[in-house]
Order: sequence, then C-alpha cells, then structure tokens
Amino acid sequence: MPQALVLAVTADGALRPVTAELLAAAARVGDPAAVLVCDPAERDTLVTALGAAGATTVLVAAPPAGAPLLTGELAALTAAVTATGDVSAVLIESTFDGRELAGRLAVRLDSGVLAESTDVELLDGQVVVTQPAFGGAYSVRWTTTRGVPVITWRGNSIEDTAAPADAPAVVELTVEAPAPAPTVLEEHHEPVGDRPELTAASVVVSGGRGVGSAEKFTVVEQLADTVGGAVGASRAAVDAGFYPAQFQVGQTGTSVSPQVYIALGISGAIQHRAGMQTSKTIVAVNKDPDAPIFEIADFGVVGDLFTVAPQLTEALAER
Amino acid sequence: MDIAVLIKQVPDTYGERRLHETDWSLDRAATDAVIDEIDTRGVELALTLTEQHGGEVTAVTMGPDGATDALRKALAMGAAKAVHITDPALAGSDAVATSAVLAAALRQLDVDLIVTGNESTDGRSAAVPAMLAERLGLPAVTSVRALTVDGDTLTAERVVEGGWARIQAPLPAVVSVNEKIAEPRYPNFKGIMSAKKKPVTTLTLADLGVDADRVGAAGSATRAVDGAPRPPRTGGHTITDDGSAGAQAARYLIERKVL
Ligand SMILES: Cc1cc2nc3c(=O)[nH]c(=O)nc-3n(C[C@H](O)[C@H](O)[C@H](O)COP(=O)(O)OP(=O)(O)OC[C@H]3O[C@@H](n4cnc5c(N)ncnc54)[C@H](O)[C@@H]3O)c2cc1C
Repeated sequence: MPQALVLAVTADGALRPVTAELLAAAARVGDPAAVLVCDPAERDTLVTALGAAGATTVLVAAPPAGAPLLTGELAALTAAVTATGDVSAVLIESTFDGRELAGRLAVRLDSGVLAESTDVELLDGQVVVTQPAFGGAYSVRWTTTRGVPVITWRGNSIEDTAAPADAPAVVELTVEAPAPAPTVLEEHHEPVGDRPELTAASVVVSGGRGVGSAEKFTVVEQLADTVGGAVGASRAAVDAGFYPAQFQVGQTGTSVSPQVYIALGISGAIQHRAGMQTSKTIVAVNKDPDAPIFEIADFGVVGDLFTVAPQLTEALAER
Repeated sequence: MDIAVLIKQVPDTYGERRLHETDWSLDRAATDAVIDEIDTRGVELALTLTEQHGGEVTAVTMGPDGATDALRKALAMGAAKAVHITDPALAGSDAVATSAVLAAALRQLDVDLIVTGNESTDGRSAAVPAMLAERLGLPAVTSVRALTVDGDTLTAERVVEGGWARIQAPLPAVVSVNEKIAEPRYPNFKGIMSAKKKPVTTLTLADLGVDADRVGAAGSATRAVDGAPRPPRTGGHTITDDGSAGAQAARYLIERKVL
C-alpha cells in the first residue's frame, strides 16, 4: 500500500490535536506516515505520540541552523517524498505556513494543490477531496491528474481516528536550508488563555461593530468562556480596533463551522456570512430587526446585546 | 526599486457568486468582476515603497479580456505600466498552471520585489505566492501586515494564526500582504485620466514561451470531479426582547442539546 504523508504539527514539544486528524485522513488513502521536524531533545516523545495517533512510519529531521522561515519543513517534505517512493498524497494543515509549504511542494512535485479540503476518500483508486467554495455555498470534489496530490486540510473537519501503531519505523532525513532563505528575527505568540482556537471550537461567540469598544468586548468573552468557546469578531470590529485581526471571521478572515455560532451586534454582511454560514446552529442578537443576520439565524433576538448577552451567559452558567 | 504587483479580477463578494454546474468552474456572468480588494492594498504598498526608494510599479494580471479594467484601476492609483497575460488556452488553469505563466512573465520583468495579495476571495488557496517564489528561486514572505526595505533587505511583520513574527529576507523576494498592510488610496481625477494613456502590454502564451499543454483546464493537474450547491440556509425563529430573551435563547440551546 502506498504511504500517505502528513506534516506533523507540534507546539512546545507536544503534538497539536490536528496532527491526529491529519493521520486519520491519511489512513483513508494510504498507510499513514508522519514527517516531523523537531528539536532532537523532543524527538522520542513526539515519535511515540505520532505512533499512538496512527503513524506507522515517522520521517524525522532536525531543523536547519539559523532560524530559516519554513525552508526546513519544505526540505523535509521533499526529502520524505523521495525517501518514501510510493506516496498516495501529502496532507498539510491549511494554515498560513501550511498553504505556503503546499504551494512550493506542488511545484516541486509537478502536481496540484487540493486546497481547503474538508473530506478525503479513494474513488476508483484516485484520491478525491471535498472543498467548500464561496463560504460553503457549494461543495466541490477535486482530484489530481498527475503527480502526488498535495492536500491542504481544514482542521476540525472529520472525527475519525487512525489505528495506533505500536513502534513506528523511524527514518532519518537530513535537511539544509537553501540560500536565500528568509530568517525569523523574533516571534510573538498571542496569549489565548484557555480558549480553544477559532477553527477547533465547538462554540464561537463573535462581536461586531455593535459591541462599541475594545473594553466592552468582555461581554463577548464572558459568554464564550462560560461555554468553553472561542471569540471571533467582524471586520468592522477589527477595523475599529475592538479586537485583534487574527480573530476576524469571514470572507477574508477565518472560516468557522462550529456547533453553535453566536453573533452579537453583527449585521450579517455577505462577507461575514461567507465565514460562518455553515455553522450548525446560529444565534444572533441585534437591535435592528431588519439586520440580514436574521435571515440565517436559527434563533434571533431583536434587542440590546448588553442586556441579552449577559442574561444568556448567566442562564448558561447556571445549567 | 522596481516592483511588480499581481492583480486578480474576481467576482464581487457583494454579489451572489456562482459556479457553472457543468464543470464547476467560475460563472463569470453571474456577478460583476472587480479587482480583488486585497490587491488594491498590494498596489498601495508598492506605490509607497517606490515613493520612498524610487523605481516604478508594474501591475500584472492573467485573465480574460475584461481583466484590463482591474489593471486600469491599478494604473489610476499610480502604477506606471501594466502587463496583461491573456490567451484562450489559459481558461480553467489551476494554481500551479497559473504560477507557471505568471513566473514566465515575471522573469521578463526582472523586478526587485513581487507583491501579491495573501489569498484571493474566489480561490482562497493562498498557494500562488509561494509557487511563484519556488519557480523563481526566491524567498517568500507571506501574510505580511507591515514591510520596510533597507538597501537589499526587507523586514516584514508576518502574521500567522497564533501570533506574528519579524522576518528578514534578501531582495529580490515575493511578498504577500494581508488586509492590515495599508488602506488603498482612491484614484483622483488626474490618476484616472492618465491611466488611459499608460502602457498596457498584452502577452500571449507564445510570447511567454509557455507550453499550452501545461495550462488551462486540460493541462492543469487538478480537476473537479463533481459538485453540488448547498441548500440555502433559511432563518428560524426571531423574537423581540421582552426582558427574558437571553434566558429564552439559553433554553433554546439547552433543549436542542446543542449546548
Ligand atoms: C473584500 C471584502 C472582504 C470582507 N471580509 C470580511 C470578513 O472577513 N469578515 C467580516 O465580518 N466582514 C468582512 N467584510 C466587511 C463586510 O462587508 C461588513 O462591512 C462587516 O462585516 C460589518 O461588520 P459588522 O456587522 O460588525 O458592522 P455593521 O454592519 O456596522 O453592523 C453592526 C450591527 O450592530 C448592531 N448593533 C449596534 N449596537 C447594538 C447593540 N447595543 N445591541 C445589538 N446590536 C447592536 C447594529 O444594528 C448593526 O446591525 C468584507 C468586505 C469586503 C469588501
């Protein structure tokens, strides 16, 4: 059986949950194998964790010296495809880094990128992915006609797990960063506290221009924290400086599809809807009865968010 | 420093965007075609940099005849000239094929910096900037919210999901910008008038020496298998707050076991 390669996603010496999802997706189209770029000190723990998540083989590389941006991962992926030989697909999480790596890798492999995939299957021996288009208005299945398909995967799309592998085979890769590589001078991680990531959260509570100020966004945060949800924002709220840009939901922000999406003081412009309209249940609070958000809300409240949201928070906290 | 800005004409996001239900390609007739908003921010960055460091801005697009409108917008903002790559054989090109064509045009231009949007509003794959860098053997710095150039080096703030990083890269390089990079200037009357006289070079595949078998729907490595429109979402129940709407919303969520 060909191998399906997954780029392992790690943080602080541990696997990110999306890695297990990538391996589960890989298992549908091949023998799941992981490509791991990590500090040698973290290696044994991560290899064991990858085996538990389903990787039958782990191809490991140490990051190249000099903090090059992404070139180590790209070199490792390229070397892994060569070392493996028979590869059915490469799966990479659809993040800023992941999409950049996928683009470069597809050119190297003279194949195609199957972007923003939310499902994957084998159809008559062909790897086929499902991709939402225009904010979920369409769902289209794509395949490749030559080369090894490079799949960028939207986390939180499937719930399968791959069968654990006891002692994954370990393959060493040696990688160097090519010149001229960009280098990372400094990195800043935004503190998210205990909140889940936007794309991984089962509840997203978003605030819009109607929230009125950065300080008042605590109304949004308190509701999110009561239900273990993530906080999102409309572009107008981001532009007004109420909330940081990486929390923007919509056409040019993050696309989310949680169990519950709660929109507070958001009008529901078409570009906002493009990033949240596939949510399972939508609740909206807006003081304008004609706000377009009500056209897609399962439960709409015409009212002031500053009275409705705290009451909702309190009622859910008592539950 | 000379800069190329890549521009894409896309269906207006304010409209009801559609795909053809035969081959799942973009239905260009369904909506107005506009310059992708993110690309106007790329033009703004390029103009600011040439105002600081000298040099000129060339707007580059690949697309059908009507895509000249998007180029004129960039010219009206202040770009010096434009390149329009157009050829019937290009229809249906995927990202990898598109990047081969754009890379061929960029090789001819030989600029110090290539600026693109971080992702288009229609494709959203965000892969083309990296593909171009790969083909041209250049460093790529994607998703940039701030950028300065000092001599042969650029320094940028690159924003990713969990934070941001300061990145340094040698020129020439490919940079993709996010929405925070700059507010695009409005073209003034003089800009709009002079845009009509600025040179727009049209290039075909033959001019670029790109093999027609490697582009278009037939030459692309990706193919749509099938597709389906999602049923449109309809509104449910809307109540007006009588002082208990928050509690009612909670009951709704709890009763339906969604929370
Ligand atoms: C290319 C492009 C991309 C875009 N991408 C995005 C994107 O990714 N995400 C995005 O969100 N937008 C995006 N937009 C912008 C979009 O068109 C809207 O401008 C934006 O979504 C509006 O945000 P809003 O609903 O917060 O603000 P508004 O439209 O101003 O709505 C504020 C709402 O708050 C309500 N309100 C005010 N006070 C209260 C109160 N006390 N209680 C209850 N309700 C109250 C008002 O009735 C109003 O409906 C994009 C636009 C373009 C052109």
